[in-house]
Amino acid sequence: MYRVGHLNELQGTLLSLADRVRPVNAGSPVVGVHFFTATPVFVLGEEALLFADEGGGKRVAVHAGGILASAADGKCIVTGGDDGTLVVTEESGEHRVLASDDKKRWVDQVALGPDGAVAWSAGKTAHVLNKKGERRSYDAPSTVAGLAFAPKGFRLAIAHYNGATLWFPNAVEVKPEMLTWKGSHLSVAFSPDGKFLVTTMQEPTLHGWRLADGQHMRMSGYSARVRSLGWTAGGEFLATAGSEQLILWPFDGKDGPMGRQPRILARSEARVAVVACHPRQPVVAVGYADGALVLVRIEDGAMIEVRKKGGAPVSALGWDAAGQMLGFGTEAAEAGALAV
Amino acid sequence: MTTSTQEKIPVTVLTGYLGAGKTTLLNRILSEPHGKKFAVIVNEFGEIGIDNELVVNADEEVFEMNNGCICCTVRGDLVRIIDGLMRRKGKFDAIIVETTGLADPAPVAQTFFMDEQVGAKTKLDAVVTVADAKWLHHRLKDAPEAKNQIAFADVILINKTDLVEGEELREVEARIRAINPYARLHCTERAQVDIAEVVGRNAFDLDRILEVEPSFLEAEEEHDHHDDHDHDHDHGHEYHHRHGLKHYHDEEMQSVSLRTANPLNPDKFFPWVQDLVANEGPNILRCKGILSFKDDPERFVFQGVHMILDGDHQRPWGADEKRESRIIFIGRNLPEEKIRQGFDSCIA
Repeated sequence: MYRVGHLNELQGTLLSLADRVRPVNAGSPVVGVHFFTATPVFVLGEEALLFADEGGGKRVAVHAGGILASAADGKCIVTGGDDGTLVVTEESGEHRVLASDDKKRWVDQVALGPDGAVAWSAGKTAHVLNKKGERRSYDAPSTVAGLAFAPKGFRLAIAHYNGATLWFPNAVEVKPEMLTWKGSHLSVAFSPDGKFLVTTMQEPTLHGWRLADGQHMRMSGYSARVRSLGWTAGGEFLATAGSEQLILWPFDGKDGPMGRQPRILARSEARVAVVACHPRQPVVAVGYADGALVLVRIEDGAMIEVRKKGGAPVSALGWDAAGQMLGFGTEAAEAGALAV
Repeated sequence: MTTSTQEKIPVTVLTGYLGAGKTTLLNRILSEPHGKKFAVIVNEFGEIGIDNELVVNADEEVFEMNNGCICCTVRGDLVRIIDGLMRRKGKFDAIIVETTGLADPAPVAQTFFMDEQVGAKTKLDAVVTVADAKWLHHRLKDAPEAKNQIAFADVILINKTDLVEGEELREVEARIRAINPYARLHCTERAQVDIAEVVGRNAFDLDRILEVEPSFLEAEEEHDHHDDHDHDHDHGHEYHHRHGLKHYHDEEMQSVSLRTANPLNPDKFFPWVQDLVANEGPNILRCKGILSFKDDPERFVFQGVHMILDGDHQRPWGADEKRESRIIFIGRNLPEEKIRQGFDSCIA
């Protein structure tokens, strides 16, 4: 029996940290949040990264247009833009173009892998720069909609129509393995133990494969396309948006969520827009379409309010590596950081 | 709570067979001094340059939704591109999607109904089809795509009228009317048309569903051809039904228009129409209707693309307004008699 807290009922009595949030005026819709140590960096929808340390903000223009994708590993932030470039930005704010698409197509997917490898895609082509600086490319059967590095081994998952492809960029002689399932697969993620691959689909469902034997998993019941997901600390649960509650699929056994029910927490009248799992604790930050933002403890469903509802949908969330600070942004250029 | 209707970015879809003049129209729209900024989505194989700040190349990737509906296809590339463009919201007022000459407009239209995010941020304004006055009647015989584009259109430009004689032009007009009696027709040279006739049409807005076609349904049913549009712009001229216009029946693509002054029973109508689109959906390209239900003070309006239906109560019937239900279906090999009987059985 799970305790399901209803956000709107509990709002009055909810423990709130809202007055401890340091507000940041982003000036532009926020599409990503990353950290350099304790400095939150907001990825803006257009052109710039906003380094928002306590002393004030620093805007670093990195693209000549919209920013379509970002990834970070604590050492650098990589961004892809509609100017057809892939840009890497360091903690100092120094940045450089790592690659440009020769046809100026949008660089709309990026991923960072082990040892500082970076992957990106434009159209149907996925590229990888490995740690030696060698570039490898792979043409997917249709436009690349998602990229993810495997947690172990130098392997990249590429989501596209009718499935996902697993590619070893350094092993030219190994034929990429295609996992097929009809439909349009969008984002892609490996479970932290590397045993499962999960994609979000155009329909309001997730698809999954157990990599050992290719067993299919279908996770459905959402009210909208799932646009945000993340693994809880230790990989016990896959936390997902796309419903009027936080949906947590159990991945702790060898069968993952097969034949099991998800845990359902943080119910609201508004849809969950973004989730971000705490890097160390079984806690998930949940941002809603009505602008509300809460922290949810998985164990008992207890919630703490970070932002009251009202205003634009939460569009980006991110934790620092230590799990001491949460950054958030909205579609209407509001942003903030909370030291937990 | 998402963006309200007012803030949704209108999207115009430009279709037309190869060489009809789509790109000419596109460049004309972009170069007119209207003060509007457009984001333009063109197909990858376009040859002619587009002079616009925001141009995105699309690759027309169509795929089937996993919802058991075989005609429910969407443009995956549009979902991604519109999502990406929305990051630059404020930099443009409207979006124009130019399709390839061989494209079926349905997946483009269905993308706006099937993807919630796309539907929340943008709205389909109209499907505008450019037809070649000289070659259209040949294409209608040998290219199913060309026929789809005519059948699907809200606005049709018969372009390159300088290359045909009057008789030939009337022939083309009649061929088009045989397929699609309710689109707005404009005869043009070099795609010269008032851009207000092409963008900002609100053809898919339920509130305006039939206001934009004042002669909706009249054409086919009454054969009562009279001028009912003002002829008030300087280039391009609106099509008017003329006495003496030939009447064609297209063997494959037709429209079926239905009307009754008797109020309908909603408990009969909805199951009937849902069953109809479930069975005939692949053949029904578009449908539109205004309905008067028994004991219901409000007009109900609906529209559909293949199997997707979208409808709502619109507003109360006016005191001096004729309470009448009107529906049109445009499609391929439609079982007209069966549809008429089914509709009649919905009368309360």
